[in-house]
Amino acid sequence: MLKITDLHAQVEDKEILKGINLEVKAGEVHAIMGPNGSGKSTLASVIAGKEEFEVTEGSVALDGENLEDIAPEERAHKGIFLSFQYPVEIPGVSVTNFMKTAINESRKAKGLDDMPANEMLKMIREKSELLEIDRKFLSRSLNEGFSGGEKKRNEIFQMAMLEPKVAILDETDSGLDIDALRIVANGVNKLKSKDNAVIVITHYQRLLDYIVPDFVHVLYNGKIVKSGGKELAMELEEKGYDWLKQEAAV
Amino acid sequence: MDLKDKLISSFMAFENNVDVENPVHDVRMEAIKNFEEKGFPSKKEEAWKYTSLNSLQKIDFSIFPKEENTIEYKDVKRYFLHEIDTYKIVFIDGIYSSYLSETTHDGVDICLMSAALTKPMYKQVIDVYFNKVASKEESLTTLNTAFSKEGAYIYIPKNKMPKKPIEILHFATGNEAALMLQPRNLIVVEENAEVQIIERHQSLTSNEVLTNSVTEIFAAENGIVDYYKIQNDAPESSLIDNTYINQKGKSVVKVHTFSFGGKLTRNNLNFYQNGEYIDSTMKGVTILGDKQHVDHHSLVHHIEPNCESHQDYKGIYGDGSTGVFNGKIIVDKIAQKTNAFQQNNNILISDKATINTKPQLEIFADDVKCSHGCTIGQLDEDALFYLQSRGIPKKEARALLMYAFANNVLESVRIPELKIRINKLIAEKLGVNLGFDL
Repeated sequence: MLKITDLHAQVEDKEILKGINLEVKAGEVHAIMGPNGSGKSTLASVIAGKEEFEVTEGSVALDGENLEDIAPEERAHKGIFLSFQYPVEIPGVSVTNFMKTAINESRKAKGLDDMPANEMLKMIREKSELLEIDRKFLSRSLNEGFSGGEKKRNEIFQMAMLEPKVAILDETDSGLDIDALRIVANGVNKLKSKDNAVIVITHYQRLLDYIVPDFVHVLYNGKIVKSGGKELAMELEEKGYDWLKQEAAV
Repeated sequence: MDLKDKLISSFMAFENNVDVENPVHDVRMEAIKNFEEKGFPSKKEEAWKYTSLNSLQKIDFSIFPKEENTIEYKDVKRYFLHEIDTYKIVFIDGIYSSYLSETTHDGVDICLMSAALTKPMYKQVIDVYFNKVASKEESLTTLNTAFSKEGAYIYIPKNKMPKKPIEILHFATGNEAALMLQPRNLIVVEENAEVQIIERHQSLTSNEVLTNSVTEIFAAENGIVDYYKIQNDAPESSLIDNTYINQKGKSVVKVHTFSFGGKLTRNNLNFYQNGEYIDSTMKGVTILGDKQHVDHHSLVHHIEPNCESHQDYKGIYGDGSTGVFNGKIIVDKIAQKTNAFQQNNNILISDKATINTKPQLEIFADDVKCSHGCTIGQLDEDALFYLQSRGIPKKEARALLMYAFANNVLESVRIPELKIRINKLIAEKLGVNLGFDL
């Protein structure tokens, strides 16, 4: 479904991704772990199409289509979703209205009419229940004054609404208490199917107790230095990253 | 003949139509003398450094409309806040239109300056308030004072509040090739009284219009005034708005200025805090394009202790438009425990757009909290990416972010229907297709 081949990317002449290879098939959950500054968030942004990063070599392909030169909004229309580590506040635009705009823009791109209002309301109700989101919350300005947990829950709510093929969760567990973590993870698990895939980017193993990965990859210094099953995450939790850094240095 | 000479010679013609025995006329004569001495302000003056009135002075404005004109309500309905019931004081080419207006004397006076200046029953109020807070030095204010004859007169006695908001509307029909208007408003809100006012100037053709308006507002103890200025006029219309506000203890006055249109707009907004525990709020949203020019000059004079002032002006400048923000705050030596906040944030969306922003703080007290900040920038790239990653195309995402930026100022608008109107105007100015109802 998502195929990353020898991906190199830089920002302002500084190379951050130095040859990443990763294949994510439908129905799979991949975890990407690694110390600070290893390039995890950059990888997420490059997949989502952030223009600030320049891809110098290699490619990202979705269902066989190279995403090079494809704008972030078009990638979203094709089924890429990024849950942000730091969601942006948009005063004056409610969560509901934001989702209506996003969904209808996506439909417009596919040549469809706007989603009928009753259908939209039904969908909003279902998906907000899934994430235990209060009605009142939906009429608040997007992310404005939200707690860390509310912001992350809202990100997964958006994911639920947009029904992506490939969802990338960038540090979705940071800033969450254990209850919020459980709600968010439960939401992600319910959205998982044999037709979509999830990439979980995280520092800690904690989230992976709830969203169980099929594969774990360790990113260090712009490269995947080790891949394994979910037991690799346990090993990292126990031993930290230093042993891998040493291995990579050899 | 240049505009100054024309105005001075017109004053004699003006005198034929007013009661020169009335003491108000002494005030006018003093005022014309001041204007004759000073003339129009030039760019050499610090306060007019970025706003030139030169080209306006070359236009041959009619000082008085030749005839009375009428317009049909259906043709101008959209300029009224017709979603709700309001009192209306409407002028067509400077002349009162009783047909379009709805005034009242039921417990409050919502009527005309021409009546207030001439009828004995208003004499007491006029003696106490007329031309008492307006500047006697500033040349354009004195020019207006010299020709003061018509405008809105609003008097809210102690503990009263009108049943509905008041709209002051000035229409220009274009029956004159170029028309100069000088409305004069007086608003007095006594103790514990409250009023909501919406003011709008609207030209209905592409003929030149220049409005030089003066509004005096007096808020007594615990008085509340909400004043909304909608400046979305035709591209050939210019407005110089001189507003003077005198507040007494515990009064709350909020002025919102929405500047979206017109050729040249200058807002001189002056607050004088003559009492303790006063709250003065100035908010503005400016969205300009083409070669439009808007200049916000605000003054808050903290004269007594324990008062607050809040200023929040946001501007979005496109094409070759220019903006000015000059916010002056004076805190007198005895005005301890003053809280004065000032914020001016601007986004330039074109390489040719310009903004000049200048905070001017003169603080003579030592126990005060004053903060000011101004920013000039482009849109936040991270925010743009966030919206795009949700499938919203770049153009729409930009518009939505600008909408959010400007919209933030509207929280304090207390008339819900007006808030929706302004929301829609902002969306329209920014070309945002919101895809949802507000």
